[in-house]
Amino acid sequence: MIIENFEHHQYAHCESGVTVNLLRYYGVELSEPMIFGIGAGMFFGHLPFVKVNGVPGTTFRIWPGYIFKRVSNQLGVKIKVENFKTPEKAMQALDEVLASKRPAGMMASVYYLNYLPPAFRFHFNAHNLIAFGKEGSEYLISDPVMENVAKVSTEDLAKARFAKGFPEPNGRMYYPVQAPKTVDLTKPIWSGINQTCFFMLTPPVPFFGVKGIKFLGKKIKQYPAKLDPRRSALYVGNIIRMQEEIGTGGAGFRFLYAAFLQEAGKKFGNDELLHLSEEMTTIGDQWRNFAYSAARTCKARSGELHSYDQLGDMLIDISGKEKDFFEKLKKVAKNRK
Amino acid sequence: MKKEELPQDKKIIKGEDNTLRKVLYVTDDSGNYESAQSDGWEAENYALTQAWEDIDEHIAETREKVKNGEVSPIAYFMLKNLMDIPILASYVGKWKWVVKRHLKPSVFKKLDKKTLELYASVFNITVDELTKFPAA
Repeated sequence: MIIENFEHHQYAHCESGVTVNLLRYYGVELSEPMIFGIGAGMFFGHLPFVKVNGVPGTTFRIWPGYIFKRVSNQLGVKIKVENFKTPEKAMQALDEVLASKRPAGMMASVYYLNYLPPAFRFHFNAHNLIAFGKEGSEYLISDPVMENVAKVSTEDLAKARFAKGFPEPNGRMYYPVQAPKTVDLTKPIWSGINQTCFFMLTPPVPFFGVKGIKFLGKKIKQYPAKLDPRRSALYVGNIIRMQEEIGTGGAGFRFLYAAFLQEAGKKFGNDELLHLSEEMTTIGDQWRNFAYSAARTCKARSGELHSYDQLGDMLIDISGKEKDFFEKLKKVAKNRK
Repeated sequence: MKKEELPQDKKIIKGEDNTLRKVLYVTDDSGNYESAQSDGWEAENYALTQAWEDIDEHIAETREKVKNGEVSPIAYFMLKNLMDIPILASYVGKWKWVVKRHLKPSVFKKLDKKTLELYASVFNITVDELTKFPAA
């Protein structure tokens, strides 16, 4: 069986893309930047003590599941989110949802998705995709990072939904149940902006938000003294991957956020938002410069203090720019007419 | 990033084309945002290449260590399956320190059949393939 009116479109980011594709099926037609902005998806975090394969974790987005829930909540879309104890129950529940003509969003590990190129298939569990049909023992999958729809066997999908490690999907399945006929975006947009300003400016610990970027900058400066050249290069390489590999739309979601501010600015006729969008584009370009320089430093594997020092300075500079940016954005949101 | 600056660098990893055409957000001549497709970018391609080189080096090193009796075959298959101790521990449902002990050849030799079967099933191999590694 196949859910007829479901349309697959490719997007930059998995969770935002899943949300766009799911909501469209229920008649709520929004762009990916709009979903990402209302969902307050942009973030920064660096956790030196949470290591995956020996490399400290860096993130440019908010935690998994947040965007879908927040957007639905803001737009008045009723949703159902379920976790499961066993793969059997999870797959049975999926079949029932599909039989009721509802495309189902799911959290999954990319390790088991063999339609992805092999080099991408790590134990990364926070990926999102949609099942919209079943043919024999294969599920029809709409994965937003893919140009076309894919098929996944029941066995692989069950494994992907019950991958272990961090975070554990526990078979999580989510889907809209009911959507309003019309949505007013004014309040959701400003609320999303306020939430992102809050996430970026107020965390009281040094690991998150604009402080986290500065924190990482300082850490990078210490790499050559604390780590061998190989580890230094791997640590920095991981930041590049989190920033640019599948699913950020470029510059660790900064371009996606700039696109959101531009769309909001045009919608409201608000020049301040349009100006801030341009500013965020410039910050995004700086992140791209950082990634470019970082890759060169890795390639050299020199471990020279000089280059890691420069990379650290680039991030400290970006941290200051983002702090300034979000303080201005917060004011615009506060003083809006 | 301007549309005309969008890189199109194919992702060649270990000689294989791993390109996944993806969507990025770029600006046109008047500064308007639009989405565009990209094959990839040399900076991220290098970071991914480097990560795989490190994994492959580790796997090769660990294979030698198993041969020399320094670590148990579990250490090898763990890396081969791209896992670390925390991930493997959650797959076999054991404490991290227990899994760590199982990486010692002396402890590995004494593991019962049930435990070996558990590891083998997680690695998607037979118990024989696990215990007799490296065969030659």
